[in-house]
Amino acid sequence: MTEIREVSVSELQHLVSERAAMGETMLLNMGPQHPSTHGVLRLLLELDGEIVVNCIPDIGFLHTGVEKNMEAKTYQKAEVMTDRLDYLNPLGNNLLYCLAVEKLAELDVPPRAQAIRVILAELTRINSHLVWLGTSGLDLAAMSLFLYCMREREKILDIFEMISGARMMTTYIRPGGLWRDVPAEFESAVRDFIKIMPDKIDEYEALLSNNELFIDRTKGIGVISTEDCIRYGITGPILRATGMAYDMRKVAPYSGYEQYDFDVPTYQGGDIYARYKVRVEEMRQSLRIIEQALDRLPYGPVRSNNRKFVPPPRSELGVSMESLIHHFKLWTEGFSVPKGGVYVAVESPRGELATYIESDGGPKPWRVRWHGPSFVNLQIMPLLTKGHFVADVVGIIGSIDIVLGDCDR
Amino acid sequence: MDEKLEQAVTAMEERFAARRDIFRDQVSLMIAPDRVIEAARTLRDEFGFNMLSDETAVDYWPQEEPRFHVIYVLRRMQPPYLLLMLRAPLNGNAPRIATMEKVFPNANWLEREIWDMFGIYFDGHSDMRRILMPYDWEGHPLRKDYPLGYEEVQFTFNFDEIDKRKSRPKE
Amino acid sequence: MGLETKTGEMGILTTTLEKVVNWSRTNSMWPMLFGLACCAIEMMSAQASNYDMSRFGMELMRASPRQSDLMIVAGRASRKMAPVIRQLYDQMPYPKWVIAMGDCASTSGVFNNYALLQGVDEIVPVDVYVAGCPPRPEALIHGVVSLHEKVRRESLKKWA
Repeated sequence: MTEIREVSVSELQHLVSERAAMGETMLLNMGPQHPSTHGVLRLLLELDGEIVVNCIPDIGFLHTGVEKNMEAKTYQKAEVMTDRLDYLNPLGNNLLYCLAVEKLAELDVPPRAQAIRVILAELTRINSHLVWLGTSGLDLAAMSLFLYCMREREKILDIFEMISGARMMTTYIRPGGLWRDVPAEFESAVRDFIKIMPDKIDEYEALLSNNELFIDRTKGIGVISTEDCIRYGITGPILRATGMAYDMRKVAPYSGYEQYDFDVPTYQGGDIYARYKVRVEEMRQSLRIIEQALDRLPYGPVRSNNRKFVPPPRSELGVSMESLIHHFKLWTEGFSVPKGGVYVAVESPRGELATYIESDGGPKPWRVRWHGPSFVNLQIMPLLTKGHFVADVVGIIGSIDIVLGDCDR
Repeated sequence: MDEKLEQAVTAMEERFAARRDIFRDQVSLMIAPDRVIEAARTLRDEFGFNMLSDETAVDYWPQEEPRFHVIYVLRRMQPPYLLLMLRAPLNGNAPRIATMEKVFPNANWLEREIWDMFGIYFDGHSDMRRILMPYDWEGHPLRKDYPLGYEEVQFTFNFDEIDKRKSRPKE
Repeated sequence: MGLETKTGEMGILTTTLEKVVNWSRTNSMWPMLFGLACCAIEMMSAQASNYDMSRFGMELMRASPRQSDLMIVAGRASRKMAPVIRQLYDQMPYPKWVIAMGDCASTSGVFNNYALLQGVDEIVPVDVYVAGCPPRPEALIHGVVSLHEKVRRESLKKWA
């Protein structure tokens, strides 16, 4: 166990203003364990009274060493770790990893699998936005909203449990398609969900959108402009809340998104209120996409036929020698992928989620770089909090919507 | 390949002695480490690649020449939406390269992470400290000669041996 | 038998001090808000209305360790976070209990590498381990109920 090392002021001198050394401003530690930091984030606030002069984020308290650990595992085993990175978007992480592996291996994905992947990715997006709405409402003291959002989220988790057996970390999307076909109750469960959800979203909006207290706490707080967003590499709802309509699903469509008709919501202002509006509208657009995908769901297989990458069904193992050999090779050594590196990006609820996978021709990846949007989005904390009160810092952290698993990996 | 991308790539090849490499429809340019900052600046100002999406590094140990590649991923944020990767090879045990922070402020934390994980020092960076590992950690974890540090499985034959080493809280 | 028939109508019951103290300790154990990673989301789900934890007196999650008596370590504990966990544990007043929720807190789960503590019981003594990745809210509630049963069997001398 490491001892607590005292960090002297001289090491951080270049980050805080000169007034701190004089004692005019106070350095406050908003520590790793805090009710409103959404995980283990440490913020060093330099305060002049109640006004924030500078804010220095300190991350790494959830660093899990996933990138190095994935280099020691085969491609199939490494996928299990991707669920746990951005834990509010587990199926989105699986999708990204599988897209990258499929691009490297030039593996085909049948259209039914692509449509179901889209449905699950959008359900995960709604799930993540519900947690965001609940917890940032809780931070801004709208406490009953938390219980309402969690109630809706249980329905989505029931759907995930129905298809894969696990509520959150499903690892359902695998290279080549899906693990297995969805059961017969899937379609009716999803249709029930999209029937009741728009009224619930109206309910949440009725609680917050015109609420004077909410508007006072969010309008004009934490403003960022489009140029600053691009300079700092910010994507996702924060960029869309400044007015720029940039969405990975439209810019570089993947998994069949070009077939579906949906809008990219934007709002003007770049403050907390704008980000709230953008995310609520995104939930509605997700429902639209799910409905279209469900109406046009094609029949067919859900996993590629390429036996070099996809295990054969167990019924074939007793009759075909090649199936047995493929099964054996996949379970002992894993599949090998041609040499080279690809960079794939998808739209996660937080922004542009990307991965760079480089392979050396063997069964284990040589380098997996996971670019989480929360890591990049957290860089602008000093910019957003300058000149605001300490009480606003809480609202700002909530509106950036960080997930520390994504940030620290 | 897109026309604008073709223009940018040809310009890079002429002015900065870049070498192009196309894999699965993605273009990456290999540029010498002392010229990659200028190349990124040109791409941002002349060709409109105005966002640094990602900056990372790859370790090719035990191959020593080059041992590291620093990879920059640039994007255009206006149509036509394009993606371009730049690679800078570095060798040696204490590699140094100039910082991209002046061109893209985004590179601040990204380069801190590369310093933390790989030990590549960025000259001119405003705040070169460890970001993910504890402040006093020794070593750079993502290098290939750094061990994974996993816990051994405690079977019956080595049960007592591992039990002695296991740490238990004093209270 | 004579004493019960005489006192039964008067509304008196006899018991030992130990049982009363343990019963009162279980009925409103206040957990400390200590969610680290994915298990924290399932802990939040367990607190929400579907799998209500306030049936057990636990809806009040205290942020300050000085005001709580149960620390549910929910999520993976990295080596950078270890001194913080120990400091929080030391700050809690007696009596205090620890539940290691999830595989990562019990034994580091899927991640066997340099960056994580291989089980939070390397630094704090754990009373109940709840398995799962993440454990269902019902599993967490089962862990809490098991902790209550364990507390009921404690002797007065343990926290004296």
